[in-house]
Amino acid sequence: MTRTIVPSLHALANPARFLRIARPLTPVLTLAGLALLAFGSWAGLTRTPADYLQGETVRILYVHVPAAWLGMVGWSGLAVASAAFLIWRHPLAQIAARAIAVPGATFAAICLVTGAIWGRPTWGTWWQWDGRLTSMLLLFFVYCGYMALARADADRGGDGRIPALYGIAGTVLLPVIRYSVVWWNTLHQGPSISLTRSSIDASILWPLGFTGIGATLLFAGIVLMRMRMILARTKAEARMRRMARA
Amino acid sequence: MTAKNQRLTLVLLALAAMVGAGLLALSALRDQASFFYAPSDARRDGLPLGREVRLGGMVQAGSIVRAADGVTIRFVVGDGLATTPVTFRGIAPDLFRERSGVVAEGHFNPDGSFTATNLLAKHDEKYMPPQVAGAMHETKTLTK
Repeated sequence: MTRTIVPSLHALANPARFLRIARPLTPVLTLAGLALLAFGSWAGLTRTPADYLQGETVRILYVHVPAAWLGMVGWSGLAVASAAFLIWRHPLAQIAARAIAVPGATFAAICLVTGAIWGRPTWGTWWQWDGRLTSMLLLFFVYCGYMALARADADRGGDGRIPALYGIAGTVLLPVIRYSVVWWNTLHQGPSISLTRSSIDASILWPLGFTGIGATLLFAGIVLMRMRMILARTKAEARMRRMARA
Repeated sequence: MTAKNQRLTLVLLALAAMVGAGLLALSALRDQASFFYAPSDARRDGLPLGREVRLGGMVQAGSIVRAADGVTIRFVVGDGLATTPVTFRGIAPDLFRERSGVVAEGHFNPDGSFTATNLLAKHDEKYMPPQVAGAMHETKTLTK
């Protein structure tokens, strides 16, 4: 299996080939993501019933759940890209990890803010230091730490290994966030959705599919955009250096 | 083993170790990281007297009694194994109701009861429209 996957990844590691694919893919992913998000939000605001206990507040889940999902998927992607960079020394993997950090942190922040807005009317508090809330806040801080570290490393002409190791170390939080509500007593409720069943009634659940897939596509579009931006900046800086030398 | 394979092995081991560390921390911190005591925890481990703690569980059916002064609420919190009577003075959140989850902040009294200074409603993982929630809830809401 590695034989078939690895050569295709190696092929993508060529920046020119990557750009040939990324350039047309960026607007497709971004626009499709925005369209699905818009439809899902409209449906979630107008086409679903209110919850029997939470009332209208339940609708925040159409934003909160995709944001939480992308905050965690973002770090998984960042860790995989960091691992690929450490193993194969592909500069593009490093660029991917750096491109993920900002949207990942943004979605983690959206998750925290929407959660607080939902928590005030539902629980009666904006914030509590329970296991799920605290571990998600830590993930946001870990994203911020990655951004600072990656920038410091780039400014000092580092080889990128330290931010990549940090990216791998940060995965320690992912199982904590996932299982905090199962293994610990928390204020946050347990998981509503698993692969096989959902304790969210279908009439409330369905727009979440649209906003979830839409936000994921948008996330991928933003990551491609940022990767292209980093590649363009590197190219421009190299040209400036050549000009300065000439 | 080439240097590349060596790095691959090391990185995969590091990733597995980080996930393992997370899972170990989860299970090791189970007691310290708990957001609240359940009534059966308090019975098993002894009452945590003399400090501010949280008590969590389900508000037992038919246990909510509002005192004549209008601000004192008495109810019983249970977790299926044990129950604890709670007294609270103040404004309860909207979602505080019978057969729902609650987290009370306050302290235990030597007699095993709990005096709460703040109440948080704990929502469960079930989301449904009122029609599905059943006639039981509807009639209860309507007769209120």
